[in-house]
Amino acid sequence: MPELAERAIERELTFAQAVREALAEEMRRDPTVCIIGEDVAEAGTPFKVLSGLVEEFGKERVIDTPISEAGFTGVGVGAAMTGMRPVVDIMFGDFLTLTMDQMVNQAAKVHYMSGGKWKVPMVLRTTLGATRRSAAQHSQSLHAWFSHVPGLKVVLPSTPYDAKGLLKTAIRDDNPVVFFEDKMMYKTKGPVPEGEYTIPFGVADIKREGTDITIVGTSSMVQVALGAAALLDEIGISAEVIDPRTTWPLDEATLIASVKKTSRAIVVDEGYGRYGVTAEIASVIAEGAFFNLEAPVKRMGAMHVPIPFSPPLEDVTVPTEQTVFEAARKLCGKA
Amino acid sequence: MSPLTDKGKKREAKKPDVKRPEAKTVEMKKPETKNSNGMKASKPEVERSLRMYRRMLMIRLFEEQVNELYTRALMPGLAHLYVGEEAVAVGICEALRDDDYITSTHRGHGHCVAKGAAPNRMFAELLGKEAGYCKGKGGSMHIADPATGNLGANAIVAGSAGIATGAAFSAKHKGKGQVAVCFFGEGALGQGVVYEVMNLAALWKLPVIYVCENNMYNEYTHFLETTAGDILSRGPAFGVPSESVDGQDVTAVYQVASRLVKRARDGEGPSFLMCNTYRYTGHHVGDISREYYRSKQEEHHWKTDRDPLKLFAEKLIAQKLTDAPSLVKLEDEVRAEMKAAVDFAIAAPYPNADKVEQDVYA
Ligand SMILES: Cc1ncc(C[n+]2csc(CCOP(=O)(O)OP(=O)(O)O)c2C)c(N)n1
Repeated sequence: MPELAERAIERELTFAQAVREALAEEMRRDPTVCIIGEDVAEAGTPFKVLSGLVEEFGKERVIDTPISEAGFTGVGVGAAMTGMRPVVDIMFGDFLTLTMDQMVNQAAKVHYMSGGKWKVPMVLRTTLGATRRSAAQHSQSLHAWFSHVPGLKVVLPSTPYDAKGLLKTAIRDDNPVVFFEDKMMYKTKGPVPEGEYTIPFGVADIKREGTDITIVGTSSMVQVALGAAALLDEIGISAEVIDPRTTWPLDEATLIASVKKTSRAIVVDEGYGRYGVTAEIASVIAEGAFFNLEAPVKRMGAMHVPIPFSPPLEDVTVPTEQTVFEAARKLCGKA
Repeated sequence: MSPLTDKGKKREAKKPDVKRPEAKTVEMKKPETKNSNGMKASKPEVERSLRMYRRMLMIRLFEEQVNELYTRALMPGLAHLYVGEEAVAVGICEALRDDDYITSTHRGHGHCVAKGAAPNRMFAELLGKEAGYCKGKGGSMHIADPATGNLGANAIVAGSAGIATGAAFSAKHKGKGQVAVCFFGEGALGQGVVYEVMNLAALWKLPVIYVCENNMYNEYTHFLETTAGDILSRGPAFGVPSESVDGQDVTAVYQVASRLVKRARDGEGPSFLMCNTYRYTGHHVGDISREYYRSKQEEHHWKTDRDPLKLFAEKLIAQKLTDAPSLVKLEDEVRAEMKAAVDFAIAAPYPNADKVEQDVYA
């Protein structure tokens, strides 16, 4: 029965299941790994990502906290410095603002300021993404802020496979890592093989090969980029879709090599365009592939507004397959 | 969710069997009745009681419609219902002037109604319509209305503690006797900013009242698992007088609030009031299976024995300020009002997409 055998290899998990499996495997492997956050135990978070973990690992390792983001993130930093590997859970990425001093002035700097004497092997898991009709304080994508700070690593998985492999790497990393999950993606399914694997940081993944234009997408925007690529295919434009997977470290070589081949590039990211991830990646491409470019590098991100509640307003704030398709077509001179 | 029977819908379904006497609109039956102190209730006191009852009923039936909109998939996103906590918002806001300030939370519909917001524009906001209080930009968690002193609902737990204290700062500066009320859930006690501003308010004698709505749950976790020590000992450490009140008893809430508001107006500084209450429904409208964090018996107990509307209705009837048929009629009236408000919101247009970039800056 070849079909069955194939199915066994191509096991499918949702994004949420992949995250949970990575956590469970790392917690079994290393008793110093623990989870700290609001409603992480019996509730398994409002997104139900952690359901079942408290049953296996107990309340000593899956720890519900008060609504004290600054406090328990700080506890995570101190615990990490002294022998634990905490995975701190910040429910909505918007609440990261409350953790900023702990992450930016403490976690990010401890290793350097101590001349390499102390380290902070901690992961801060959180979410990003709009279009959930949750308004301005529950819809932001703030990964650019952390990507800006030396000492932090920033991970943006776009598939269940990547989520699992990258989270395992994050937990084993000796540095503070901020891990962003697109909350709209939790129920998305994708192949995740049985068994152990990790994915190194700083290695981009070519999600689709192409020759006419490079679309760099991150997190939620990878699927958008792939959708746009499919539309472009129909009009004879071959798009390459690249997912950097980590904004820091950033795989500059893969990005530059792709654009040297295609000579055109669009960068799509759900954070704000201004001073954002797209700005950085566009400039990496412009610097590295300048003489091969046939058009300016195009950036597409969230509109420069707080995310509005009303559906017809919210829907225009983030790039879509259609808007990316239009932009790419224009860039290729086929508008 | 009806105060007079247990579930509004059930009662409605049974409508034909219920014989309804032709009742007048709710009104004072006998001008000379006894208030809770055994004293004769004055006319304004009676009017106040009936007004508070109506407001509580408005909140309950507003939320009934919200739940309906959610279940019929007519409302974008989610909403956090205030059902069960009506006496808190109403008792507190009854002690306020129109120009006093409030700040509110993700569970904020009750505060808005109690401070005098119009249900039709609230529903319009919940549906993301242009006619909404925030032109559809805020939604359920962010209703703001300068006309009623509502500085806005906040979706960041404790996010408005600074804003309310700042409003008290400006009230003191302006010297018109305004006060600010900061509504927050007991979950907000976890946030450091609450203690920073209480310290500031005490140092500067600011006219602010921190109203902690203790409905016992921070989302899906009992507050005793997240709150160490004695809540009411926290304020006194800063010199902020703190007390608690039965949040299901609107008269009691009103009386304490009046005292604390007077104190603030008289320049005596901040205070902290914990209102013990309960939310009847889920953390939000989608939180249907709750047994893993609280029992059905517990919910049943609060709904049947501790319902703020039922308790108040019984009291009003016992004091002969009204009678059961009048209250039934009132309920029908308010329900019709809410339905009309919903219809208004459903019919109202969405904002044009080009409005998205408007209002980012003043
Ligand atoms: C800073 C912050 N952390 C977490 C949340 C997610 N959250 C929304 S409501 C809530 C629980 C709030 O409990 P409480 O303050 O008691 O208010 P209640 O919902 O009981 O009215 C949480 C954790 C948030 N909105 N803001």
